[in-house]
Amino acid sequence: MKIEILGTGCAKCKALEEATKQAVALSGKFAQIEKVEDIMKIMEYNVISTPGLVIDGKVVSTGKLISVAEIVDLIKAH
Amino acid sequence: MWQESVNVLVYEWLKMPQGEKLSDALNFFIYDTVKILFLLTTIIYAVTLLRSYFSTEKVREYLSKKHEYTGNVLAALFGIITPFCSCSAIPLFLGFLQARIPLGVTFSYLISAPLNNEIAIAMLLTMFGWKVAALYIGFGLLVAIIGGIVIGRMGLEKEILIEVKPIEGEIHAENQVIAFKTRLSDAWDYTFDILRKIWLYILIGVGAGAFIHGYVPTEFITSIAGADNPFAVPLATLLGVPMYSNAAGVMPLIEVLTSKGMLMGTALSFMMAITALSLPEAMILKRIMSLKLIAIFFGTVTLGIMGVGYLFNAIL
Repeated sequence: MKIEILGTGCAKCKALEEATKQAVALSGKFAQIEKVEDIMKIMEYNVISTPGLVIDGKVVSTGKLISVAEIVDLIKAH
Repeated sequence: MWQESVNVLVYEWLKMPQGEKLSDALNFFIYDTVKILFLLTTIIYAVTLLRSYFSTEKVREYLSKKHEYTGNVLAALFGIITPFCSCSAIPLFLGFLQARIPLGVTFSYLISAPLNNEIAIAMLLTMFGWKVAALYIGFGLLVAIIGGIVIGRMGLEKEILIEVKPIEGEIHAENQVIAFKTRLSDAWDYTFDILRKIWLYILIGVGAGAFIHGYVPTEFITSIAGADNPFAVPLATLLGVPMYSNAAGVMPLIEVLTSKGMLMGTALSFMMAITALSLPEAMILKRIMSLKLIAIFFGTVTLGIMGVGYLFNAIL
């Protein structure tokens, strides 16, 4: 599983990255986490409100900082 | 009712003499801060909850099907109801262009969104009532629509430093299904987050306001910000630019200043300059726009805001 955090370096984007790390640890799954800061790559996902969360190439959340529990749910639902 | 409770607290429990400057200033300070914080919490919560139903992605899909002019008007209107953070100005700007939304329409949104941020609207409603809030929003829309049309007419597409590849075919935004309960708690988290960031500015703003209220003579304010000074509007606009994100702290000051003779048009210009023109946003946009385009953007908005101030002062 590959999880990407889309963000150009705003405070919420960093917070989402931290939350994602915790969520992966809690979910017990193996996942590769990557922070995407390149604006052109973010645009390819059609995301225009950051931070965005992408699991295996699918955009699951945009424009807000979601909680660790919500990310765990998204990982499990995937 | 709340005023009476504060009177009891200050004049009876604290035994401070009524009619003296210090006790009146303290009375005003306590009355104002609690009133403001309570109303702010309520309004920001309501606005945030409402906004959770409008995503920027949806707005983009909708605007991509509209032409210029109609697009400018709609983009400015959407600026009121969508959440906006200057930190995501770049993906938003490029994303709009990618969806083949004209540059001028994109700018209408980019002017309207920060102008109509939840803190400014909540502070205006709290301190000045719905009439002034409506005037602010109405004139703000006018600046956003006209500003966007003017920039769109100038043919500045080549001033964008990054090549934007248009999306092929129809633009479609995914529907995010969010439970109502989640919306309620999300809105509360967000409101609390905002309050945590601005409460100190409000205290400082109201404190300074209480000081002016009690100590600074009305004639002094009238001579600087009243009808006697023809340069009050441009001065207020220029002063507003570096005060970005401190709308919460500045609004209580403006309330006191207007009660002491600052003209409402000048006050409106000041408030709009604080929210619409921000140096941090200019720094962010510099990564994708030429300085020329940023200068034109800021120049157009500044002129628009000053126009609103003069127009309003002349009518009233």
